[in-house]
Amino acid sequence: MSDTEHTPAMHDIGGIQRFHCTPVERDEAPPDAFGKRVDALRQVLARKGYMTVDELRRGIESIPEPEYFALTYYERWLRSIELLMLEKGVVTPEELT
Amino acid sequence: MTARFAPGSRVLVKNDWPEERGPCHIRTPHYLRGRAGQVERVLGAFRNPEDLAFARPAETRVLYHVVFDQPGIFPADGKAPDKLLVEIFEHWLEAA
Amino acid sequence: MSNPARAESVEQLDRLVAALLAKGVVTEAEIAEQQASTDRASPEIGARIVARAWLDPAWRAMVLRNGTEGAEALGVSMAGAPPLGVLEDTAKRHHLIVCTLCSCYPRAVLGYPPHWYKSFSYRSRVVREPRAVMAEWGSPVADDIELRVVDSTADYRWMVLPVRPAGTDDWTEDQLAALVTRDVLVGVALPKLPA
Repeated sequence: MSDTEHTPAMHDIGGIQRFHCTPVERDEAPPDAFGKRVDALRQVLARKGYMTVDELRRGIESIPEPEYFALTYYERWLRSIELLMLEKGVVTPEELT
Repeated sequence: MTARFAPGSRVLVKNDWPEERGPCHIRTPHYLRGRAGQVERVLGAFRNPEDLAFARPAETRVLYHVVFDQPGIFPADGKAPDKLLVEIFEHWLEAA
Repeated sequence: MSNPARAESVEQLDRLVAALLAKGVVTEAEIAEQQASTDRASPEIGARIVARAWLDPAWRAMVLRNGTEGAEALGVSMAGAPPLGVLEDTAKRHHLIVCTLCSCYPRAVLGYPPHWYKSFSYRSRVVREPRAVMAEWGSPVADDIELRVVDSTADYRWMVLPVRPAGTDDWTEDQLAALVTRDVLVGVALPKLPA
């Protein structure tokens, strides 16, 4: 019912027709080394209590829309993890330059 | 934690749009807002992701598996017998 | 497609990890161990759960009641993992799993989600036109089957327990498990006997 009355959030895409023009791509490649490292880092940080998966998602959802759609899956994760670590003061902006 | 709705109960997903009011994190898909469904199962109780996402103290909420008539939600593309089965937190549901 | 990461993203990751290492937040050993553990999970675990359920009614009842217990019985460490739910197909009902909000996936028993599961087209299309997607992938669903699209949006992770194909009566657990691919466990395909 949202298509007319309301605009769903960028990531909330169930049934949204702008993505319907192309068939689902059968890309079977596993994550590359970058993706696996981001994935593992996220899990270590979660296990050690530095972030939750819910925070990861919130960080991803806060990426400005043009970038959200330009970044790859694990680039969005990295963006969110970095945002959270800065937000929590675990690292400082100076340490990331 | 007591579940307000038993399996088989008719429920309505709140037609609420917190994303239009500011930063938030919600797990109720847009296409179910304001829609009626039926409780399939009580899945347990979990900490509210809407608070966990912002590192706020998060209360435990009952989570349900709710079944919806799929062509009722997507009339142009849905097919008669098909269903959608979705996890919905109790605070998003009201009695239908 | 799953484009490779840009060089600037790899550098961004290196800077973040270096800062976290310098502060003692994480160690390289922890990251390496986590990656090795994640790499070990594969759809063979989910396939084993299904094959055993086709052969052993008590196992079937147990995994339908509590999928987490089933995974643990196969030696998978589920501590800290989201609970696993197993959805039972019947002659008149088939399940198909998606996460329209992000990419929730039963990683403990299926491994990394494939690129297509995370794609915008799969996530948007499957709730609206599940039959079209299944037909495109070579598993058209009969009109009298109730297709249940499971939008995995919250705390559970789901896998499908499909119907055992006809013609497999004297098959072993290993032979049956070989029919259960990752796509079958997600529900986007149905088990097929080799031609």
